[in-house]
Amino acid sequence: MTAAAALQKAKTTLALTSNYAVAYAVKAADVDVVAVYPITPQTTIVEKIAEFVDDGELNADLIHVESEHSAMSAVVGAAAAGARVFTATSSQGLELMHEVLHIASGLRLPIVMAVPARALSAPISIHGDYSDVMNTRDTGWITYIASSAQEVYDTVIQAYKVAETALLPVMVSYDGFLMSHTTEPVELNDEEEVRRFLPRKDRPNVLRPEKPITMGAFAMPDWYYEIKYQVQEALMGSLKVVEEVDAEYGKIFGRSYGIVQTYRMEDADYAIIAYGGAAFGNAREAADIAREKGIKAGAIRLRVWRPFPTSHLLKQLAGVKAFAVVDRAIAFGSSGGGPVFLDVAAALWMNGIDIPGLSVIHGIGQRSMYVEDFVKIYEMLKSGERNKVIYMGLRL
Amino acid sequence: MSLPRVHEIPIGGIITEPGSSRKNLTGGWRSLKPIIHDDRCIRCRICWTYCPEGTIKEIKGEFVVKGRKYQYKYEIDYNYCKGCGICAHECPTKAIEMVPEA
Ligand code: SF4
Ligand code: SF4
Repeated sequence: MTAAAALQKAKTTLALTSNYAVAYAVKAADVDVVAVYPITPQTTIVEKIAEFVDDGELNADLIHVESEHSAMSAVVGAAAAGARVFTATSSQGLELMHEVLHIASGLRLPIVMAVPARALSAPISIHGDYSDVMNTRDTGWITYIASSAQEVYDTVIQAYKVAETALLPVMVSYDGFLMSHTTEPVELNDEEEVRRFLPRKDRPNVLRPEKPITMGAFAMPDWYYEIKYQVQEALMGSLKVVEEVDAEYGKIFGRSYGIVQTYRMEDADYAIIAYGGAAFGNAREAADIAREKGIKAGAIRLRVWRPFPTSHLLKQLAGVKAFAVVDRAIAFGSSGGGPVFLDVAAALWMNGIDIPGLSVIHGIGQRSMYVEDFVKIYEMLKSGERNKVIYMGLRL
Repeated sequence: MSLPRVHEIPIGGIITEPGSSRKNLTGGWRSLKPIIHDDRCIRCRICWTYCPEGTIKEIKGEFVVKGRKYQYKYEIDYNYCKGCGICAHECPTKAIEMVPEA
């Protein structure tokens, strides 16, 4: 190989939105079937994939469906037939898929879906928050929340390996608009290498004419519980798969992310737990500012939301005096706080750990979140504000 | 009948072999079960005719009940009886009683 050819084969870096990063990852993963239905801010993902199919760069069947319910149904059917599949959605579209999400996990199909997160109606909002993603909490899907276009690209590729190993559907979510429509440099992998990383494997739960099986049959009370418990067990066990795939990916492609990402947590007294790109970015910047003010601040990002990474998180919280969770979704009528706060509180309580926390709801319907807001959260933690829900940025 | 445990069931609850009612017994969802009181039965065969599941068996033989001789008697195959109670409802002599499943 000449030096020039070697250079050619070396890393390609493109300026991509997170949505385009998804499309490039899907192409690299060599998917067979893509079901497409447009919804903001997802649409540009499937538009880009359509271009790849049209150009002959991706040899996939692109199915134009009439709704998101059909999109999820189509990929369920294709995955059942053994295809590697992809679809994407947001907001009301994800809600419309909701009933089929349960079927995908119940049938243990390795579907990969991208979700640039968006606020739910009513009132209609096309802007970003995590109401839609949080609403899928109990559907049995492995759920990532990525925080950069590069991570989105890498995670979609990882998701195929995770899905096909754990035999569970995987959702890769990230900030709607703040990431889906903003451009960042993304280093792309050699596609041959990605295909070696994602070999085609035989699955037990595939429809084959030579050996017929029945999928999605009726289960009486004496069968249903066991089959749903299988999903729970697989989901809890999948955290190990997520970790191993991330490590293997890191070895081959040089980038890995772990289950929780931390910033200045080594000696932190006060921690902000956040998810997604904007919130964690703000938390990191605020931690620097708070430290200048003499507050030992640190930040933690959940990269995996389902299964909930209890032990990874508790390890980080072990030494802190107080923590806050910044949720970009409201858990309406809950016992206290946003959806992730509830899980963090449960994780602590279930392990007999008593650390005070604040539940901060912020960035709803893409209400601006400022770095100063996050500095204020550190200050509140330091000044001893405890165990309450704060609706930040709200005109109360 | 002992049912398979979590790890003995194919993942996703898929059914890997074709079945039929010979293999898969269908009486499991019954809450009331019919009992035929032979002494009140006049062998009219109405229950046998009406049972929507074809679950009532006509047994040939010599049966003496309260001094009377019969050529037949009727028995219920509980592997398939759904407990719908149609037989009890149709029986002209009220010879069939529906009792709670133990
Ligand atoms: S209860 Fe119903 S199913 Fe059972 S024997 Fe009577 S008619 Fe047939
Ligand atoms: S309907 Fe009643 S009386 Fe007639 S055969 Fe059946 S059990 Fe006997």
